[in-house]
Amino acid sequence: MNVTGALAIYKFEMTRWFRTLFQSIAAPVVSTSLYFVVFGAAIGSRMPAIDGISYGAFIVPGLILLSILTESIGNASFGIYMPKWAGTIYEVLSVPVSAFEIVAGYVGAAATKSVLLGLIMLATARLFVPFSVAHPLAMIAFLVLIAVTFCLFGFILGLLAQSWEQLQIVPILIITPLTFLGGSFYSIDMLPEPWRSLTLFNPVVYLINGFRWSFYGVADVDVRFSLIAISAFLALFLAIVWWIFKTGFRLKT
Amino acid sequence: MLGRVTAILSVEGLTKSYASGFQALKGIDLAIERGEIFALLGPNGAGKSTLINIICGIVKPGDGGVRVDGHDIVRDFRAARALIGLVPQELSTDAFETVWATVRFSRGLFGKPRNDAYLEQVLKDLSLWDKRLEKIMTLSGGMKRRVLIAKALAHEPRVLFLDEPTAGVDVELRRDLWAMVRRLRESGVTIILTTHYIEEAEEMADRIGVIHHGQIIVVDETASLIKKLGQKTMTIHLATAVAAGDPRLEGLGVSLAPDGRTLTYVVHGEGAQSGVAEVLRALIERGLSFADVHTEQSSLEDIFVTLVGGAS
Repeated sequence: MNVTGALAIYKFEMTRWFRTLFQSIAAPVVSTSLYFVVFGAAIGSRMPAIDGISYGAFIVPGLILLSILTESIGNASFGIYMPKWAGTIYEVLSVPVSAFEIVAGYVGAAATKSVLLGLIMLATARLFVPFSVAHPLAMIAFLVLIAVTFCLFGFILGLLAQSWEQLQIVPILIITPLTFLGGSFYSIDMLPEPWRSLTLFNPVVYLINGFRWSFYGVADVDVRFSLIAISAFLALFLAIVWWIFKTGFRLKT
Repeated sequence: MLGRVTAILSVEGLTKSYASGFQALKGIDLAIERGEIFALLGPNGAGKSTLINIICGIVKPGDGGVRVDGHDIVRDFRAARALIGLVPQELSTDAFETVWATVRFSRGLFGKPRNDAYLEQVLKDLSLWDKRLEKIMTLSGGMKRRVLIAKALAHEPRVLFLDEPTAGVDVELRRDLWAMVRRLRESGVTIILTTHYIEEAEEMADRIGVIHHGQIIVVDETASLIKKLGQKTMTIHLATAVAAGDPRLEGLGVSLAPDGRTLTYVVHGEGAQSGVAEVLRALIERGLSFADVHTEQSSLEDIFVTLVGGAS
């Protein structure tokens, strides 16, 4: 195994992130802070508690996850699409690194960024809203698992995209709406039927609820379903990446 | 040819068809000897870049096989690719990276341990050392070409592919590149270059292969190719004019110009030298004196045009 090769890709990607560190961190932190100011402090103070949790604290896991999903997909897709677009992908394809090592380098770096961002946002949220984490290890595990899974998804988007527009369209038109409608700002138990049942078909519901359970020990769906859902996504995305590298689809002519 | 003990690269029956149905390679057989400079010539779309990109792992191969120093490029891709350096045709660079960062990245990709002294020497050899901390986007096209070469050399390859290395570069850089290629060959690196500049192949290559419509139509040593397929033209200016049909010119195979003074003798392939000497000797023996003699050897470009034209 070419560990040095995978590390070279990882370091290269991390260096790119550090080069634009301020905008990489400032943009999501500022936007999330605004959410906390508006929904947590201003509107939240007039909202009733949900499952005994103040509204401001209730939306913390969902808001962090909203940024994690967006940033994971954005970072990972950009990381692999950029060399494809610039033509420098030839280098990664012609060196003695396997598909696994390429994925480990790119996805590992993107997931690292997402996890660091998540932790920074967690600390930022603490400035606006008092909350505690009931299961810290589970919270870290969910954070890492979700970050890796959606970085893989972003990596797939970057591999398949043929234009910058295609790269943007999935996060904007699919991920953001699913996250907003997946219970980031509310408990799905607050929804009337049939919307509550329909919402259960939104996969992001399981991610948010699993993550929220790690904070407060309560969730709208069983945490085991959350784990199964995340594991299923991970397996699906890994299989797609494996297939792309095996066939060279949109990667090699 | 494939059985050559010294071959560092063996291509056997290699084919490639693209999804569009275009057959880029039609059963390529080629053996590159260790330590040689091999020039692959061919018109646009002949299959040069496809062949190189398959060997380097960028394009999926069709049927047939490729071995680099005995390592199959698919089954044993790590060992095969570890030996190869590639300078691509396009100026594809990480615009926002510094020169130093990008060559270190290239070395790391090959799993090689850090060796700043070696990279420093590579950059100095390519006159890039002073630019090492500059972002690639600030460099000129010629400098970017040097960066690509530095990246290809960063892991100390044994086989270096140069795909149109001097396309669009100025005379000075071209001369520098030629010198660098010769130094690399002296250090034991095998060089395979594609070029549109026939004189470049003529100047640099030990052997030349011509590819056309996805097939290798000739492979030979440069000098031998010129000797075998080239032609020598001798122009003789007689001291006094002769009439058309002068019996002294019979059987010599020369043609007389309307001025009655200029004779032209054309000889193809091997034996050109002896043919020229025989004609001159015969003219003297037949009492024809001449004021001037001029000979001209056809260039590799003439041969290339003939070969490609014939194959078409």
